[in-house]
Amino acid sequence: MPDATGLELIAQDLREADAESVLETIYFRDHGTLLVDADGAREVLARLRERGFSFLASLHGVDYYPEEPRLGVLYELLDMQRVDRLTVKARVHSEAPSIASVVDLFPTADHQEREVYDLFGVVFEGHPDLRRILMPEDYEGHPQRRDFPIGGEPVLFTYNEHTVPRYYE
Amino acid sequence: MTTPGISEYRRQEESITLAPIEQQLSGVTDGERHELLTINFGPHHPATHGVLRLLVQLEGEVVRDLSPIIGYLHTGIEKTCEDKSYWKVIPVIERMDYLAYYFNAMAFCGAVERLVGVEVPPRAQYLRVIHLELNRIMSHLFWLGTSALDLGAMSILWYCLREREQILDLFEMSSGQRMHTRYIQVGGVFEDIPPGFAEKLRQFTAKMPQRVEQYGAILNKNEIVLKRLCNTGIVDEQTLLGLGVTGPLLRATGNPWDLRKAAPYSSYDHFDFKIPVGSIGDNYDRYRVRLAEILESTKIIDQALDGLPEGPYITTDRKIALPPRHELATSMEALIHHFKLVTEGFRVPPGEIYYPIESPRGELGCFVRSDGSAKPARVHMRDPSFVNLQALRPMVLDGYIADLIATLAMLDPIIGGVDR
Repeated sequence: MPDATGLELIAQDLREADAESVLETIYFRDHGTLLVDADGAREVLARLRERGFSFLASLHGVDYYPEEPRLGVLYELLDMQRVDRLTVKARVHSEAPSIASVVDLFPTADHQEREVYDLFGVVFEGHPDLRRILMPEDYEGHPQRRDFPIGGEPVLFTYNEHTVPRYYE
Repeated sequence: MTTPGISEYRRQEESITLAPIEQQLSGVTDGERHELLTINFGPHHPATHGVLRLLVQLEGEVVRDLSPIIGYLHTGIEKTCEDKSYWKVIPVIERMDYLAYYFNAMAFCGAVERLVGVEVPPRAQYLRVIHLELNRIMSHLFWLGTSALDLGAMSILWYCLREREQILDLFEMSSGQRMHTRYIQVGGVFEDIPPGFAEKLRQFTAKMPQRVEQYGAILNKNEIVLKRLCNTGIVDEQTLLGLGVTGPLLRATGNPWDLRKAAPYSSYDHFDFKIPVGSIGDNYDRYRVRLAEILESTKIIDQALDGLPEGPYITTDRKIALPPRHELATSMEALIHHFKLVTEGFRVPPGEIYYPIESPRGELGCFVRSDGSAKPARVHMRDPSFVNLQALRPMVLDGYIADLIATLAMLDPIIGGVDR
């Protein structure tokens, strides 16, 4: 893990390339996180990839409801040579949330970006095939958001199937 | 020209030619390529090991394109977790990757322990290692049995399930459950191992190397296995790294990346074990790597049992772990703690943690975000099956559909982990 100083050095290098890119550094429980501007997230990831963080271990979404910018996209980077881990976090607004796709940098992001799109509604610009992945294609809403209710789905039985519109389709 | 000395039937057979049929068939193709046939492979197909649906484009018997369609087993576990207190999340999250339940619990508990900052006693860490490695053997045995079944070997399944039964018996001894045991708790494990467990475990680990040898004797040089697995499904190391593939699939290409060695957790640095690697990364290497891992896991279990430290099996922090049952009758504080833990659960300081461990299929990472309440604000599992499944397309492209079955078996995806 990069220590607190190492994290600041990485942030400093990134800020030299683009002053607006890194908004905040968070060091929590021996783990460094860079909070980056959503527009520059792709650039930051490309630079970190050059620095050795070439393995994208995980990409996932978080809903910070009711804070704004509400949605977060987290990239868990791994440097296999130095066994370093670093989290890059980008926050996007809940109205028309979108962020640049990193599929061309990290091919592993393909399914994971689709999952974040499916469950949180973040649109990844430039993704080759942005469709729902876990939920059915005609599903409405993004179920992993905090304001999406649990148990909002009616259960179909024979006695109540006529009450559900288009049940026969 | 009739060859002398052959029967009338063979003479007739020799006279048959397929030329007119081939001519007829070539009329319907576009000349260069044969007509592509799109078929649905799954979601209900015994060789997909669950409800995985593959949309396959075939040209004759050759796979020209493939896209996995998943989500048939999506049960919204991550969403359910947000509605449960931390200790009640464990049984839910265990059901994601249903062959590696100890690993799911370990990843989640590890993340919560790091958020809370609680120290896990050494005995609990060793007990965790014993059960994690037993689970790894169990998962690999089930993989071996079902994969061999896909290749047409029936008997090996029964041998593998015979050993798996013994592991499940051990799980039943230590936790009362055979599957989804809820053994690993935040701060330690649910209970100390009962009397007789160690002896039974020793018997098992003493026998296991012979068993692995026997599996090897059946399969290693079996002509069908060699023909179906050697030089099929090869993908180079860099492509796999780009696709985020970890675990035995990556190690089969010769990259010895294993989190138990690279970033040890739960006292894995106390044990002496090797990381089996392959050479070219074909299906046969994947098979041999997993088979060798069973042996290494047996070694770890033996060492953990030898060096099992004395002491508590769960943290003594009463704010996290339930007090011992006998204290409830005598201590008011124990009763209060018990009541608070069972009703509300414990609160976790706000923060975000990503905690990765090495599951039988690769890096299993658990992301937990806490907002300071007794329920997690977000739980995400980076499941290796979900990520590794993306490597299926480069593995099987331009190969035969028979190799697709073998490659899917060697990929070892668990659909419960893919869909969550």
